[in-house]
Amino acid sequence: MTLTTEQPGEAPGRTAATGQGRWGGVLRELLRTRRAMVGILLILALVLMAWIGPLLSPWEMGERDFTAFRSGPSPEHWFGTDNTGRDVFTLTMVGLQKSIIIGLLVAVLSTAVAAVVGAFAGYFLGLTDKALMWVTDLALVLPSFLILAILYPSLKDSGWIMFVLLLAAFMWMVTAKMVRGMTISLKEREYVLAAKYMGVPAWRIIFRHIIPNMASLLIVDATINVSSAIITETSLSYFGFGVQPPDVSLGSLIALGAPQALAFWWMFAFCTGLLVVLVLAVNLIGDGLRDALDPQAKRRS
Amino acid sequence: MFLVRRLVNYMVLIFLASSFAYLLAATTLQPRAYFEQRQPPPSQEAIEAQLNDLNLNDEVPLAQRYGVWVSGVVQGDFGQTIKDQSVNEEMSRKAGVTLRLITVGTVLGCAVGISIGAYAAVRQYKRFDRYSTWAAFIVLSVPTVVIAVSLQVGAVWINDLTGKQLLQYGGEYTAGLDAGFWGTLLDRLQHALLPTLTLTISLFAAFARYQRNMMLDVLGADYVRTAMAKGLTRRRALFKHALRTALIPTITYFTFTFGVLLAGTTFTEKIYGWHGMGAWVVDSIVQNDVNSVAAVTCFMAVCVMAASFLSDILYAWLDPRVRVS
Amino acid sequence: MTRTASAAGAEKATGRADDGTPVLEVTDLNVVFPGSARNPDIHAVRGVSYTVRPGEVLGIVGESGSGKSVSSMAAMGLLPDYAQVTGSIRLHGEELLGLDDRAMSAKRGNAIAMVFQDPLSGLTPVYTVGDQIAEAVQVHNPKATKQEAAERAVELLELVGIPEARRRYRAFPHEFSGGMRQRVMIAIAIANDPDLIICDEPTTALDVTIQAQILEVLKTAQRETGAAIVMITHDLGVVAGFADRVQVMYAGRLVESGSVDEVFYRSRMPYTMGLHGAVPHVTTEEKRPLVPISGNPPSLADLPPGCPFSPRCPIAVDACREAEPDLLPVGAEGHAAACVRAAEIEEQGWGVADVYPVPEIPPAEAAQRPRAERETVLAVEDLVKHHPLMKGAVFKRRVGTVYAVDGISFDIAEGETLGLVGESGCGKSSTLLEILSLDRPQSGRVEVLGRASGTGTARDKFAIRRNVQVVFQDPMSSLDPRMPVFEIIAEPLRTHGFPKADLPGRVSELLELVGLDAEQASRYPQHFSGGQRQRISIARALALEPKLLILDEPVSALDVSIQAGVVNLLDELKARLGLSYLFVAHDLSVVRHIADRVAVMYLGKIVEIGGVDEVYESPAHPYTRALLSAIPVPDPRVEREREHIVLTGDLPNPASPPKGCVFHTRCPVFAALGAEEKEACLSIQPAAEPTGTGSGDHAAACHYPDRAIGS
Repeated sequence: MTLTTEQPGEAPGRTAATGQGRWGGVLRELLRTRRAMVGILLILALVLMAWIGPLLSPWEMGERDFTAFRSGPSPEHWFGTDNTGRDVFTLTMVGLQKSIIIGLLVAVLSTAVAAVVGAFAGYFLGLTDKALMWVTDLALVLPSFLILAILYPSLKDSGWIMFVLLLAAFMWMVTAKMVRGMTISLKEREYVLAAKYMGVPAWRIIFRHIIPNMASLLIVDATINVSSAIITETSLSYFGFGVQPPDVSLGSLIALGAPQALAFWWMFAFCTGLLVVLVLAVNLIGDGLRDALDPQAKRRS
Repeated sequence: MFLVRRLVNYMVLIFLASSFAYLLAATTLQPRAYFEQRQPPPSQEAIEAQLNDLNLNDEVPLAQRYGVWVSGVVQGDFGQTIKDQSVNEEMSRKAGVTLRLITVGTVLGCAVGISIGAYAAVRQYKRFDRYSTWAAFIVLSVPTVVIAVSLQVGAVWINDLTGKQLLQYGGEYTAGLDAGFWGTLLDRLQHALLPTLTLTISLFAAFARYQRNMMLDVLGADYVRTAMAKGLTRRRALFKHALRTALIPTITYFTFTFGVLLAGTTFTEKIYGWHGMGAWVVDSIVQNDVNSVAAVTCFMAVCVMAASFLSDILYAWLDPRVRVS
Repeated sequence: MTRTASAAGAEKATGRADDGTPVLEVTDLNVVFPGSARNPDIHAVRGVSYTVRPGEVLGIVGESGSGKSVSSMAAMGLLPDYAQVTGSIRLHGEELLGLDDRAMSAKRGNAIAMVFQDPLSGLTPVYTVGDQIAEAVQVHNPKATKQEAAERAVELLELVGIPEARRRYRAFPHEFSGGMRQRVMIAIAIANDPDLIICDEPTTALDVTIQAQILEVLKTAQRETGAAIVMITHDLGVVAGFADRVQVMYAGRLVESGSVDEVFYRSRMPYTMGLHGAVPHVTTEEKRPLVPISGNPPSLADLPPGCPFSPRCPIAVDACREAEPDLLPVGAEGHAAACVRAAEIEEQGWGVADVYPVPEIPPAEAAQRPRAERETVLAVEDLVKHHPLMKGAVFKRRVGTVYAVDGISFDIAEGETLGLVGESGCGKSSTLLEILSLDRPQSGRVEVLGRASGTGTARDKFAIRRNVQVVFQDPMSSLDPRMPVFEIIAEPLRTHGFPKADLPGRVSELLELVGLDAEQASRYPQHFSGGQRQRISIARALALEPKLLILDEPVSALDVSIQAGVVNLLDELKARLGLSYLFVAHDLSVVRHIADRVAVMYLGKIVEIGGVDEVYESPAHPYTRALLSAIPVPDPRVEREREHIVLTGDLPNPASPPKGCVFHTRCPVFAALGAEEKEACLSIQPAAEPTGTGSGDHAAACHYPDRAIGS
């Protein structure tokens, strides 16, 4: 309300908070929100679990226990075993690793593409914009899961990295549109005009003034993309269009466990539970980041 | 005039999307393999003949196959499925199923999500807000697939517990049921409940979050203050002035989420055994059915475009600022 | 008036019977916005007491952050829930604090109404203006039918001067200009005949000619309703002409109050004096440096002990820093000031000049030589800039052409300042961007330092950029928030290949040049106040030692006490560095102070151009005359005697400018002409003709420049 107009700007006499300035503040703000804190702790726990867990487990990936098919959780097999006697704990941990890696890589890639495409389209407008936005629209019209599904036969052989690239290739559009919109408003900002009128070349303005000033949007979006990438991966893998054996991911494990969920609950419950916790943690962090980065949204307590 | 231009633009996008899907499918899928693994294995000539017949022969240059396909599509014919049925007929049968599911799911999901989100914003940091936020968070973290499977599992459990088939989770209706109008309706509702619930739940979460944020943005708006200054209570000012305005960006959001919704529908259909477009495309890919894949892509592209057109119209209706005078 | 409303009015009139109860009585009001763990509490209003008597106009003056709006929002019950409000606010003797939302909403818009600052965002975009007014009527007269409410809304629209009210009833807010929307806001405020109208900076966002209109509407509204008005503003001129009594607020407290004449002519508080000294007067002929108040307003989160103004006060003594002085009577009846030395000031009869040291600014060297002998830095000839006009966010299409800049010519000599003035939408910003783009104009010619824009290679253009730099209006958005000040100032230097090793030295030098500490270079813009940021902008613009500085409203976003310092800095830099300025502004007082020559723009055309003194003393074009007359002067006596020329209507749509003279639709001279004489105005756009006064370069584009206005 009037608070914004009536509040005096930050007291000029006050010394800058820290050397890191804004980012230090953001981090502190983030740690202060309980939600984000919970998210960070969960993620840390999951990462530790995913990478240390397999080391602790007596069973190797791909190792089969021919004495125990579909046996429930026991001191021997912490999460039980599956149809072929594989240790579900080991499988789940390795799948968790893959899901985390896929989520991160896809998010970083797609956000980077989105930032560049959106910023160039928004800054130059005109023909550049028309062409880039047309490509974006086309990519939006194509149902991404469909394209990924169609391409899965060729994926079978090229491994999960290819899968990451494809996933990223179909996740940047919405962010790109948002970036474009923000660029159009940012480019009217006076500091951008000032840079332009002092002769700074356009690409440098984009990378030095425009993209850094959208950092908050991009970071938040990247976080959200992590969770949507994980979810997309799961869904595709569920139908067998995603990560292919011998690689496992949480999605392919869920696919394996779902039909037997009632009879052999351990094959479904653990991977699903971990997946939900993982995505929830990422979402919590994303939300916390948004509050910490967007000063408009937060001070309404 | 712009309407026409826009429609043309839509058509071009739809056409390109379908072509892209066709080309992609034609190069990566292997219809030949489908016939080769038939039992008993047909003769080489028979396979060739079949493939040629269906315009699926990978020894014919891609350009030529594409040409045949396009000339068919232009006349409104999407070719034959790999089982030699008319794609058009299949599509007309299955499109209805999908559209029913999407429409009901969307309307319910949006309505529930928007009301919960808006109310949560008004009660920011109160109990309702906290609970609904957490609920939305958790739901957002569960893939549609998992929601569907879990609901199914839950249904089996309830049915086992009660000893009756209260909830149905396979197919759209019980085949061969003869129970009169009401019985059929009940049967259909029983079957529709879980799939619709799946879509509604997954949509509700996204919309509740979004609407809450949009609503928070306008809570402090000057015009809400004006409305209060003229003597409206806070509650009335919020619902009459803030919510109405905060609905506008949600319309745009709807366009963006529609693609995700389509994917969700696909999974839901597949899991609940509904014979809709989504289930069809999954089967087609597995069966290497190029023509069906292209047709479904086209259908989905049309849906996306229709959704974006619809939201444009809604937008213009809700926001006088963009109305063409 | 309709039955319903007059009935309500009569009922209230009995309650209003003059029994001496003030309409509003505020006692020891305190407002605290509690901070979170990281942010300290903001004590926005601290122990404010005042009364508003029936029918009087009380002016509350203060700079941003002084708590003047917060205190009135508290009276309306519009502060957010988390604000802690203590003290007492009585309306007709009835306590308002502690009432719940339902009880408060019965008062709001009925007995007490408010007009807000920003009319652009103040109306709900999705409802028609008529419905929004009718809603205000209906909410307090639930018995009134929709029809009656609508009728009343039309009446109100007519009352606030909206032509064709019945048709405009169905217009949406975005179809109205800022001035019209503010009229609608006033209509909403007076819909239920309130006893008190609080106006929170009602004209700050508007142009001067529109401001004059709105002030007239407010006067009408007061006449019609007999309401008391609380006028909150930072503009001393508005208060001088409008208010009966004035209160000055600083750092959440009242520091001086009294009748307008007492406060304006016998200020007893150094802060009030400082405000007087810092404002440039449009009527003053001689150029004296403005008197800036040093420093910045204190943070309300962390107030120093003692008088909050003491750190900035030139006559502060030890006692000032010990305890905060109370608001005590001083001098004439009703006059009170919160100053330890108020009695002393009273005794000695000190004025602004006695309290504040007047800065000295040397005259510019170049200005000593006659204009004709000096080099021409910028020449603009018949410049044209037309934008296509697009409509619709969904269905975009071109619906016309905006004649943003339509054939203007002027030039700037070395060491000279040209003020380009006009209201928003007149094309001054387009002119400036067109000059800055250094591209070939659509038509006409722009010559920067003798080189025509749009000729030569990209390298030439790059070289020219060195010599033309710009300072923008908004101190918040003109600096990249992600860069430390050092990087901001170094950017132009790096871009133009300044040796890296010399950068730190040069940046420190520049910072000192604009009066900032070189040690602050590692901080980010958000750690600086508005005035300081504007200084950083200036430092950045000066980095390449340009010849021409283009200033786009460089001080209009600043508080007056800060503004004076920046204006003085610009004056000083011009003299020291021999700069030329193109100073774009809507504030004619500042332009009079800083410019040598002035060009007045209206609807893409320059209607009058000439030396500052000639244009201000003997304006020839009726538009210039109206503009000058519309500016409120911060001098109550002058203001009372002045006859304002109030222009009718709004700026015409620049996409379809009137035929003939573009000004004829609003021209008071035209309105008084005979039919035959009107012919020329209706058909021919007059060319700029020398007026024959002054040194001969004073020209105006009017067919009848010597006709009097106001018969």
